[in-house]
Amino acid sequence: MKRRRDTTYTGIPRWVAAIAAVGALFVLLPLAAMLGRVNWPQFIPLITSESSLTALGLSLRTAAASTVLCVLFGVPLALVLARGDFPGKRLLRSFVLLPLVLPPVVGGIALLYAFGRQGLLGQGLEVAGLRIAFTTTAVILAQTFVALPFLVVSLEGALRSAGSRYEAVAATLGARPTTVLRRVTLPLVLPGLASGAVLSFARSLGEFGATLTFAGSLPGVTRTLPLEIYLQRETDADAAVALSLLLVVVAVVVVGLSYRGPAPAGSGGRSARVGTPGRVPA
Amino acid sequence: MTFTLDAALAARRFDVSLSLAPGETVAVLGPNGAGKSTLLSVISGLLRPDTGRAEVNGRVLFELGPGVHTWTAPHRRGTALLAQDPLLFPHLSALENVAFGPRSAGMPKREARESARHWLAEVDAADLADRRPGELSGGQAQRVAAARALAVDPEVLLLDEPLSALDIHAAPLLRRLLKRVLAGRRAIIVTHDVLDAYMLADRVIVMEEGRITEDGPTREVLRRPRSRFAAGLAGLNLVPGTVTSAGIRTAEGLEFAGQHDAPLVAGQAGVAAFPPSAVSVFLGEAHGSPRNSFRVTVTDLEPHGDQIRIRAGDLSADVTPAASADLGLAPGLEVYFVVKAAAVSIYPS
Amino acid sequence: MRPGIRAAAALAAAGLMGCAAAAGLTGCTAPARDAGKTLTVFAAASLQAPFTALAEEFEAAHPGTTVTLSFAGSSDLATQISQGAPADVFASADTKNMAKVGEAGLVEGSPRDFATNVLTIAVPPENPASIATFADLAKPGVRTVICAEQVPCGAATKTLEKETGTTLMPVSEESSVTDVLGKVVSGEADAGLVYVTDAKAAGSKVQAIPFPESARAVNTYPITAVRNGKNKELAADFIEAVTGPDGQRIFRGAGFGTP
Repeated sequence: MKRRRDTTYTGIPRWVAAIAAVGALFVLLPLAAMLGRVNWPQFIPLITSESSLTALGLSLRTAAASTVLCVLFGVPLALVLARGDFPGKRLLRSFVLLPLVLPPVVGGIALLYAFGRQGLLGQGLEVAGLRIAFTTTAVILAQTFVALPFLVVSLEGALRSAGSRYEAVAATLGARPTTVLRRVTLPLVLPGLASGAVLSFARSLGEFGATLTFAGSLPGVTRTLPLEIYLQRETDADAAVALSLLLVVVAVVVVGLSYRGPAPAGSGGRSARVGTPGRVPA
Repeated sequence: MTFTLDAALAARRFDVSLSLAPGETVAVLGPNGAGKSTLLSVISGLLRPDTGRAEVNGRVLFELGPGVHTWTAPHRRGTALLAQDPLLFPHLSALENVAFGPRSAGMPKREARESARHWLAEVDAADLADRRPGELSGGQAQRVAAARALAVDPEVLLLDEPLSALDIHAAPLLRRLLKRVLAGRRAIIVTHDVLDAYMLADRVIVMEEGRITEDGPTREVLRRPRSRFAAGLAGLNLVPGTVTSAGIRTAEGLEFAGQHDAPLVAGQAGVAAFPPSAVSVFLGEAHGSPRNSFRVTVTDLEPHGDQIRIRAGDLSADVTPAASADLGLAPGLEVYFVVKAAAVSIYPS
Repeated sequence: MRPGIRAAAALAAAGLMGCAAAAGLTGCTAPARDAGKTLTVFAAASLQAPFTALAEEFEAAHPGTTVTLSFAGSSDLATQISQGAPADVFASADTKNMAKVGEAGLVEGSPRDFATNVLTIAVPPENPASIATFADLAKPGVRTVICAEQVPCGAATKTLEKETGTTLMPVSEESSVTDVLGKVVSGEADAGLVYVTDAKAAGSKVQAIPFPESARAVNTYPITAVRNGKNKELAADFIEAVTGPDGQRIFRGAGFGTP
C-alpha cells in the first residue's frame, strides 16, 4: 500500500490486475515478437517500395471513403436504434451488428451475391454500365460492410448515455427535429461519433477477407495493404513483416490519437456529463 | 384567450381537466407519482395521451379521440419547459443557449443574440453570457435556463420543480426572480414546496393518483385544505368527517368541536383543520373544559424548527424539546392529543 | 473425406500406444513391419485429390500405417518445414520452394520430379466472353483474373506472357489458384488462368479451354523425404509409390503430365 502512487481508491483486486497483465501480454507479445523479426536495415526500402506505397495509399484512401460511408449510414441507423420505437428494432439491431461476428469472407460472399455481376443489384448496375466487382468501389463496399457496426455500436451507446432530455428541451424551445439533430444531438455525441468513426477507419484499414472474396487484388485498384502483406508473405517474408509493422503503426497512431474510449456511462445527476465536446481532435 | 386541457392516459392512470386564464400561474402540488410530470409532458407534447383535447388561444395542441387525430409536434406548441435540471446544452455558451429558441424560430443570428442578452439581463445573468454551462453554479445555470425558456415567449411556460435541485442559498434568489418574471405570464409550476405555491402561483391544483383532487386560489387551498396532502403542505392537521352542530364527527366516531365562518349544514361532508402548534400532549386524559381530546400512539419524533414534532399517524403536534423529554415521548407510547376548539377550523369539503 | 483429419486424430494414440491401439481388442499378433507407424506428408494444395487417393492405396498396402496429409501453398509448407514442422515427405508444386527447403539443409538425398502441370483457361460454363485462345484473354473488355506473380501459377502466367509477347490486363491478380477459380465460378470474371488440374477438379462449374502456348510454361512437381523425418523407410516407400506406375496412373487421371 505504501508504494501506491495515487491515493484514489480503485477497488481493483490484485488478482484481477494480474490477470489483466496476462491479457495485455497476450496482445503485446505477438506484436513484440513481430518487431523482433523485422529486417531493420531493409525496413525503409521495404516499406517505401512502389508496391508498398501503392497499397498503403489505396488502404488509406479506401478506409477514409468507407469511414465517410459509415458515418453517412451509421448515424441515422444509430439514431433510429437508440431513439426509435418500432416493431422489429431488436431484429434490425441484430442484423446491423451481424458483420461483427460474421467471418469477413462470408461478408465477401454475401456482397458478391448482392453487388456482383450476377448479383441481386449487380445485374441491374451492370446493365446501367456500372461495374462494381474488381473496382476500388468494391473495396470500399467491403470495408463499409464490416466497419459499419463499429460506428453504430459506438454511437448508439453514446446516444443512450446522453439520453433524450436535452432533445426534449430543445423541442419545447421550438426547434424542429432536424434542428435538434444538428444543433443538440450531434454536438452532444460528437465524442462517441468520433470514436465510432476512428474504430470504423481502423477496421476498414485491416479489412482483408471480404475484400479478397469480393473485390479481387490488383495493385493500385483493389490490393490494399493487408492483401499486399498476404501476397508478399508468399515470396518475401521480410517485406510482409515490414508491411505488417507499418499497418500496426498506422492503426496505433490513428486509434491512439483520436480514440478516447467509450463515453462515461449513465449520466444521471443534474450535470449529465456526456463527454467533453471539443476535446476530441478533428 | 385561454388554455384548456382535457386528457386521459390509461397506462399512467392519468385523467385531468384543466384550464388557465391568460396571465394566470398555477402551482401543481401532489405526492410523488401523482402524475404532475405526466401533466407537463402531455402539455408539451412529449407524451401522447389516449384521448383528450388541448388548445391554447384557439389553437389546437391535440385532439385525440374516436375518429379525431390532431397532433401538434412539441416544437410548434409554444410551451417552453424549465425542469429541475437546467439541461443547458453543454456545448453552447450561456448566451447561445438562450439564443437557441429564437434562432430555432427563425430569428436572424444577431437579433437572437440581442434577445438573449435581454433575457440574461432579466434573470441577472448578463455577466454569465460567455460562460459554458460547465462553468456555472447550479443556481446560475438554472437562471440561464429560465432565461432560455422565457426567450421563446411561450404561450404556456411549464416549470417542473425548478428550485428543488438548488441549495438553500440559491433557491430564494431564483424564487424571487421567478416571481418577477412569472408576473402576468401563463405558467404551470410543478412543485413540492408550499412556499413556491404561496409566492409564485395565483392558483393551486392538488393532484393525487393521476387526478386533480383540489383546485382553488392558493391562499384558500392552503388555509382551508380539503385533501390530506394539501393539509400536510400547509402544515395543518386535517380530520375529515361529517358536519355536526358542534363541529365534525369522524368515521370512527370522534367528535371535533371547532369554529366556522360560514353557516354549515349538519350532515354534509366537512373537514376539521388545526395547526400542530395548537396541539398539546398529555400522558393521561384531560378532563373538563370544552376541549378536543383523543388517544393516539406516537409513531415518530422529528425536529421541527426549535420544536419537536410528534407524529401520531396522520396527526401531529409540536412541543418543546424540554416538554418532550419530561413526558418521555418515544414511538409506541400512547398519549393524548388535546386541541382547543378555538384553534380548530371547520369547513365543508 | 480427408484422411488427414482422421489420421491426425489417431496420430497421438497410435504413436504412443503402438499396436495395442491399432489392433484393438484382437491383441497384438505378429505385427507387420510398419504397424502403428504414421507417415506425415506435406503436399502442395493442388495435389489434394491425387495424394488423398494415393494415401488410401498406400495405407491398404501397408497395414497399420497411417498417412497424415497436410495440404497448403508450397511456400507455406516450405516455411513450416524450415521452422521444424514434423514432416516426413514434402511434395512441392514448384522447384523454387523445394530449393528453399534444400537451402535449409532438410532435403534427404535429391528431390525427384514426379508430375508436371500446365496452365489452362477456365471460363464460366456458358463462356460469356467467347474465349477460344490465349490471345483472347488480352482483348479489351474481357475480365481476366490471374494469379499474382508471387505465387507459382502467377509466375507461370508471367512466363507465358513473356514467351508469347502477350500483355494481359487482368482485373485482379489473386494470391491463390482457389481465388482465381472462385472468381470464375461466381461469374465475376470472364476467364481465369489456372492449372489444368484445378480446372479438372472444379468439374462442371467451369469449362477448361486448353491452349497450345501453355506448353511453354511447364510446372514441375518435385518430391523429397525430409532429413529430420522419423520414418525414413516409409517415406522412401511413399515416394516410390508416388513415382511408380500406380502413382503415375492417378496423376494422369487428375490431369497432371509426366516429367
